[in-house]
Amino acid sequence: MMEIYIAKEKFPGFVEKLMGQQRVFGPVFQGQYHEFAELKASDEIDLSYQNTRLSPKGLFHPHSERMFQYSLATGDPEAGIVKEAPKDYSPRVILGIRPCDAKAFRLDDANFDTETIKDPWWTRRRASTILVGLACNAPCRSCFCTSVGTGPFDPAGLDALLIDVGTGYVLQAVTDKGKELAAGLAGGEAVAPAMTEQVAQLKQAAEAQLTIQFDPKAIADQNMLELFNAAFWDEVQFSCINCGTCTFLCPTCWCFDIQDEVCNDQGDRLRIWDSCMFPLFTLHGSGHNPRNVKLQRVRQRFMHKLKYYQDKYHGGVACVGCGRCVKSCPVNIDIREVARLMSASCVCPA
Amino acid sequence: MQAYTEKIQEAARRLLADKQVDVVIGFRKGTLPFMNEPFLAKNADQVRKLYWDSNCGINLANYLSKRTDRVAIVAKGCDSRNIVVHLLEYQIKREQLHILGIPCQGMLDRRRILGALDGKEPVGVTEKDGRVLVSGAGFEVALDRQEYLQENCAICTHRNPVIYDELLGEPVPEQTEVDRYEDVRLVEAMSAEQRWEYFDNLIKTCIRCYACRNACPVCFCPTCFVDESRPQWVGKTIDPTDTRTFHFLRAYHVAGRCTDCGSCERACPVGIKMRQFTKKMEKDIKELYGYEAGVVPDQRPPLDTYRPDDPQQFIK
Repeated sequence: MMEIYIAKEKFPGFVEKLMGQQRVFGPVFQGQYHEFAELKASDEIDLSYQNTRLSPKGLFHPHSERMFQYSLATGDPEAGIVKEAPKDYSPRVILGIRPCDAKAFRLDDANFDTETIKDPWWTRRRASTILVGLACNAPCRSCFCTSVGTGPFDPAGLDALLIDVGTGYVLQAVTDKGKELAAGLAGGEAVAPAMTEQVAQLKQAAEAQLTIQFDPKAIADQNMLELFNAAFWDEVQFSCINCGTCTFLCPTCWCFDIQDEVCNDQGDRLRIWDSCMFPLFTLHGSGHNPRNVKLQRVRQRFMHKLKYYQDKYHGGVACVGCGRCVKSCPVNIDIREVARLMSASCVCPA
Repeated sequence: MQAYTEKIQEAARRLLADKQVDVVIGFRKGTLPFMNEPFLAKNADQVRKLYWDSNCGINLANYLSKRTDRVAIVAKGCDSRNIVVHLLEYQIKREQLHILGIPCQGMLDRRRILGALDGKEPVGVTEKDGRVLVSGAGFEVALDRQEYLQENCAICTHRNPVIYDELLGEPVPEQTEVDRYEDVRLVEAMSAEQRWEYFDNLIKTCIRCYACRNACPVCFCPTCFVDESRPQWVGKTIDPTDTRTFHFLRAYHVAGRCTDCGSCERACPVGIKMRQFTKKMEKDIKELYGYEAGVVPDQRPPLDTYRPDDPQQFIK
């Protein structure tokens, strides 16, 4: 593995160098919490953060995006022709992303980037982005990444990983993109064996802080219909207010709506985040709604993440254990508790 | 406030055993510090989970809308006011309800407490002599409870339930010397341009998740104006025009009905202070009609009353 050491006093220079080459995004403190934003100055990045309030999925799959635009002007020879709206695909680095959030993009690829379907905006943004992660030395108490197949130092979704070793960062290149980035870096030093040992210890210590919360395999092994009809959903759903907080903050919730907005003779086709918590999400044109009651919607969210995704893709659950839904649910519905109910051996209704 | 837990459990057990009610709506202990979960107890086993402390800020009246069974509900001052609003707006019948009143001394503002911890994670929380003791890995701090109340609780003038079947504790003194509208007057004093900018900044982080609407006990329309799709009234994007439309309309829709329970701000994942809108409505209703929402159970609210002798010309 290619790795270099960057002393903390040299880090702003490193960020500036990157900013000279491409757009750089990182965790920025915005009054109440941290959010991923494009850096305007190298000192805006704050790597002392634990987790951003919203996941960085919006950098690839924005909340609201103009996909196409069209003219409806009388006499315009191009009226009614839907044209792609311009978007910025210039190269960029996301610096300081947590390993769980980067892993989430891999899970989302199962939807946006497959053999048969390639979402053009998702795939082009993925291709033009380098992900430089920041290992979690001190995971939050609401984190459970090691229960869902990733971890605080997991390089799986990253091009390179930074590890805070106190005086500086060890940068480990993971992919060719990451190697290229590291190679072009002035001021990097060789990593001494003692530091490699320290990184191993930090990783071990971080993982030791995370206890296994549930076993996704046990959920995969359940009979789908028995789980679907389980009695516990009634208890789980009671407190839910059916807002979109969990889905909008989640790095692996990708659902969207497509709407046309017309103002005078100018039309826009928009893609907007949607949520399986909203009744409108499944409302048919006929007026029928297959998920008409709250229980069905609450069940859908957990079944999709923890059961259907596993059954369909055989690559674990659609959750990276970032804990955002746990922390921000207004009524304290805790996915770890629900997953335990789902993995318990008897789920048949009484 | 934790002493209420036993009393709630005792009442719930009795009411269920005597078949006076079918279910009890209360809270169970949360999985995170400063969080509890609204909970429905149907049997003695579930009654054991009922719990109360200073983190029961979500308004339970929200869970009553259109229920058809007999319900016991734990109600602090604001919940009881929203039960009154529910009764006035025909969301539930009085005879279906057994209200377990909780004289309340305010709920804790988890966001400000977490902010005061400066990134350190709370593990243990206890309350003693007006102080909140928070501990975690390598730290322990004592916070003045009064300073860390939810902002609506700090200026609450109805801490005792306004309607109940049994009161589970001695009434607490009401706060009489509070200025409820200090912040509203500051906004009123702004120029139109300043106000526009102030409101834009207030809601600029909105992600349109509707947690504020859904946590609100007076938002119970079968189809919200936001969810109307034929035609669609409101844009769904986070363009400022769409976000403004949502927040302004929501605020007007709860005018004369909002009890300032603070559930909206408590629920918001991005910390928007949308009570800035609803408090202005509340102040206007109070000044124009001398009316406070959810305080008097047997009087029609001013905004749903038609009077032939109304002094304004536009109504005639």
